[in-house]
Amino acid sequence: MKDLNAILAGFGGQGILFMGKVIAYSGLIDEKEVSWLPSYGPEMRGGTANCSVCISDDPICSPLVINPNVLIAMNLPSLDKFINDVQPGGIVIIDSTLVPKKVERDDVTVVYIPATEMAEKNSLKGLANIILIGKLMQMTNFCSMEVMEKTIQKVVPPRKQHLVEPNMKAIKLGAEF
Amino acid sequence: MAERVLMKGNEALAEAAIQAGCRNFFGYPITPQTELAAYMAKRMPKIGGTYLQAESEVAAINMVLGAASTGVRVMTSSSSPGISLKTEGISYMAGSDLPALIINVQRGGPGLGGIQPSQADYWQATRAPGHGDLHVLVFAPSSVQEMVDLVSHAYDTADKYRMPAMILADGMLGQMMEPVVIGQEEEKELPEKEWAANGHEFKRDHNIINSLYLQAQDLERLVKERFERYEVIKQNEAMCENYMVDDAEYVIVSYGATSRICKAAVREAREQGIKAGLIRPITLWPFPTEDIIKSIPNAKKYLCVEMSMGQMIDDVKLALNGARECDFFGHTGGIIPTPEEVLSEIKKMAGGEK
Repeated sequence: MKDLNAILAGFGGQGILFMGKVIAYSGLIDEKEVSWLPSYGPEMRGGTANCSVCISDDPICSPLVINPNVLIAMNLPSLDKFINDVQPGGIVIIDSTLVPKKVERDDVTVVYIPATEMAEKNSLKGLANIILIGKLMQMTNFCSMEVMEKTIQKVVPPRKQHLVEPNMKAIKLGAEF
Repeated sequence: MAERVLMKGNEALAEAAIQAGCRNFFGYPITPQTELAAYMAKRMPKIGGTYLQAESEVAAINMVLGAASTGVRVMTSSSSPGISLKTEGISYMAGSDLPALIINVQRGGPGLGGIQPSQADYWQATRAPGHGDLHVLVFAPSSVQEMVDLVSHAYDTADKYRMPAMILADGMLGQMMEPVVIGQEEEKELPEKEWAANGHEFKRDHNIINSLYLQAQDLERLVKERFERYEVIKQNEAMCENYMVDDAEYVIVSYGATSRICKAAVREAREQGIKAGLIRPITLWPFPTEDIIKSIPNAKKYLCVEMSMGQMIDDVKLALNGARECDFFGHTGGIIPTPEEVLSEIKKMAGGEK
């Protein structure tokens, strides 16, 4: 995958915007061009959250992703809202613990991963979003494990560095799924 | 070398202002610029500066007027409806020849409009940022890095010509994060402001900051002097990026966030064999008229793209002065044009030729 043009979507509180920041930071550490744009419009007031993330070798023209080549959906309304916008050949990653539905399109690669359940079983509550990043890494190679480790160290605040290890565990859990 | 970090446009504007020597911020919250004020609230007390959330936008802009009168670097920020409230104070500052930096992170209008990105305050910023015969410097960044770079330039230019400067951004630029380098350059010595009302200790005559001139002749003399200064600014301070314009037959004119989308469309058009180019005004006042005029000989037609019903197109047409036609394409607040839409407009212009 040359450029990453992703939409990440779910409920407020699931760490959707943070998930986007982690992906964007990995691109920054890789010395690529990146952009991160949150939705701050009326939909946010309804409890759903989404953001656009781009990583590219070239300057990014539109930080607003309209037709993503990656969609990560952490709830059903988000999947319904964005599934038809995904580019043919794109990747759709779904947290199957929270989304009971199957995708009807057959021109996209769909992965169902019970990230929320995996997080709970492995004492990584609240890190389902990070597990999903691990899965995305394994599918697209958007960054190396080494870069991701640096990224996690960067996005976790200095006084919370003990959280680096569980976050990396979550990344690996997703990557090995 | 300063580190490359990810920052929201709003936060980057605030940090850049601090780096440029701003230690006074007066504001009132409004989406989508609130992160700027929040950042200032966090940082200013730590560096001995003043952050003050006023009781209204009108109060905030008058606090800016007061601080600017003493010669310090001062900033306020708001979004479209809030800027409307500030226009009275902006006019008073222009009438008092006071430099200050005003940020407008535009949202949809008119009225309360919406909270999504828009570019519908172009007329307000360039034509009537307040009552009376006046201009303010208007800068239109198109990336988070450019927002940072323009802050210190805006302060320097405002100081040089003794007038308010405005950075006209929009909700997309304010909310998005991009890599940015905020220079840790050594604090530069700012030139002394001999006109400032900052205490004379009986060593000089006291300075008066005022915009009231009841004698019509006095008022006209001052306004005319100011307009002579505006002419100098028009000659020297216009800024513009020309992208693939040299041999362009179809020239897009667009600024701010929208210009990024147009750049993608121009690139795609070139790949399809259409000679397209982009003129991106970085200053909206003064408008880079010369750049438009220079592009005329090769150009067949122009297209102005804005997130409004068409406002900057007036300046493009004035610059073209009838030499070429200029079409318009745009959406209003919250609907960001897509590269595909702009490309299809370019193809329409190019007609059956390709």
